[in-house]
Amino acid sequence: MSQSRVNKILATVMSQDASTSTLPELLCQACADALPVSGVGMGLMTDSGHEGAIAATDGPARLMEDLQFTLGEGPCLDASREGRPVLQPDLARTAPRRWPVFGPAVLEAGIAAIFAFPLQVGWIRLGVLDIYRDTAGNLDDDELAQALAFADAAVVILVHLQSQVGAGQGMHPQLTDTAGNRPEIHQATGMVSVQALVGLTEAFLLLRAHSFSAERSILDVARDVVARRLRFPAEGGRHG
Amino acid sequence: MSMEQRLVRTFVELADTLVREFDFVDLLHTLAERSVELLDADAAGIILADQRGQLQVVASTTQEAHILELFAVQVSEGPCVDCYNSGEIVANVRLDEAADRWPNFTPAAAEAGFRSTHAVPLRLRDQVLGVVNLFCSRQATLSERDIAVGQALADVASIGLLQERAMLQGELLAEQLQTALNSRIRIEQAKGVFAERAGVEIDQAFTMMRQFSRQTSRRLSDVATGVIEGTIDINEMQPH
Repeated sequence: MSQSRVNKILATVMSQDASTSTLPELLCQACADALPVSGVGMGLMTDSGHEGAIAATDGPARLMEDLQFTLGEGPCLDASREGRPVLQPDLARTAPRRWPVFGPAVLEAGIAAIFAFPLQVGWIRLGVLDIYRDTAGNLDDDELAQALAFADAAVVILVHLQSQVGAGQGMHPQLTDTAGNRPEIHQATGMVSVQALVGLTEAFLLLRAHSFSAERSILDVARDVVARRLRFPAEGGRHG
Repeated sequence: MSMEQRLVRTFVELADTLVREFDFVDLLHTLAERSVELLDADAAGIILADQRGQLQVVASTTQEAHILELFAVQVSEGPCVDCYNSGEIVANVRLDEAADRWPNFTPAAAEAGFRSTHAVPLRLRDQVLGVVNLFCSRQATLSERDIAVGQALADVASIGLLQERAMLQGELLAEQLQTALNSRIRIEQAKGVFAERAGVEIDQAFTMMRQFSRQTSRRLSDVATGVIEGTIDINEMQPH
C-alpha cells in the first residue's frame, strides 16, 4: 500500500513539465502541495557533509537549506549523520539549545517547525528532505506516512539522477525497487563493493545498471550475487 | 536444563542486553532465537511496522530465502497481519485448516515445510509496534503458560524500544523506528562486505559479526561500521 503511494508520487512528478524545473524541484513542490506545510527543500548530502541545496520551494526553504550548508549545523545534518528523521514540531522551544547558531537564525526567518528525513539506503547517503511550517505543531500519523512516502520517492529520484541509465530513457518502473526492503539487495551491494573495488553507492548503481540492461528485477540480480552465480569484477585489470 | 532454568537464563540475557549499550536489531535477533528455543518452534521472524504502514522483517533466525519469503508474502494477509491489527496473540494455528483464512499465505507456508504458526504482538501500551512470527514443522500445541512466556519475551523487547527511546531524550518513536529500519539495512550491507572479504556465506558473516560484537562488547552497528569503513580487521573476527 505504501509502495503504491510512492509510485503515485513518482507518476505525478514525472508527468510534469521537466523543461523548466528539475525532478527534485518538482518533487519538493508536489510534497508542499500534498501536505499542510509551508515549504520543502532538498539538500544533497554525501559522507563529507552538506553539499548544498538542490531544490527548494519559494519562500524561506532555500534560506533554510543555505543556512545549514553555511553554518554546518541543523536538523538536516543531524538527520543525515544519524540516519534518522529529525522531527522538530516546535523550534522555538528546542532549536536555540540544540543548534545555537542555526536555531535563532531559522526562527528569525519565520520557520516554526522542521521535519527532516534522511534520503539514505543504509550507508548510502544521498540527501535530506526538509519540510517546514511557519506554525508549530506535529505531523499527524497520516501526514508522517505521506512525508515518508515523499522521502522514498526522493531516494528513487536521486538514485536515478546518479545512475548511468541514460537521461533520455526516463524512469523505469523497476527503479522503485531501490526503495525496497529486501535484505538480498543490500547484502549484494556490500558484496559488489568488495568485488568491484568501489564504494557502496557505486556498487548499488552497478547492480541497478545490470538489472536495467539485463531486464531483470534488481532482487533477482541481487540473489544471483549472494548465491555467487554473478560477480562484478573490478575494471582496469585489477584483481577481483 | 529445565524450562525454568532456560527461562531465567533468557530473561537475564535480555536484561543484560538492555543494560549495556545495545542495538535494537541485535536485541530483536536474540528475541527471535530465544522464542524459537523456548516455544519449541523451528523458525522465527520479527516484523516491525514502520510509519509507512508497512510490515518489515527486521530480524530472523534464518536467511533461507524460501522462509524469508513467508514474511514478505504477508503484505495483506497472514498471522502477522491479523496479530498486528488485533494486538492479540495468534497461537497454535494449524496451516491445514487455514486455507480459507489466508489463501495466499497458507500454501506458501506449507510449501516451506511448516504445519503450524504463531504470532505474538510487540506492544507498547496501546500501540502495536510489530509481531514475532513463529513457524513449526509439527503441529504446535502451546499451553496457556507457553503463550504467556512468549508474550513476556516480546514485552521485554518492547520495553527495550521504550528504554532506548528514553535514553535519546526527546526523540519520538517515529524517529526511533526509522532508525531501526535503516540500521538493519546498514547491517545487511556490512554482511555483504564481510562475506565477500572473508569468503564466507552471508549467514556465517552475520554470526561472526554478532559473536565479535559480544566478545568485544561493541554494539552490532559499531561492528558493522568498522566492517564498512575497514577499521576492523576481518582476520581478527575469524574464529581462532
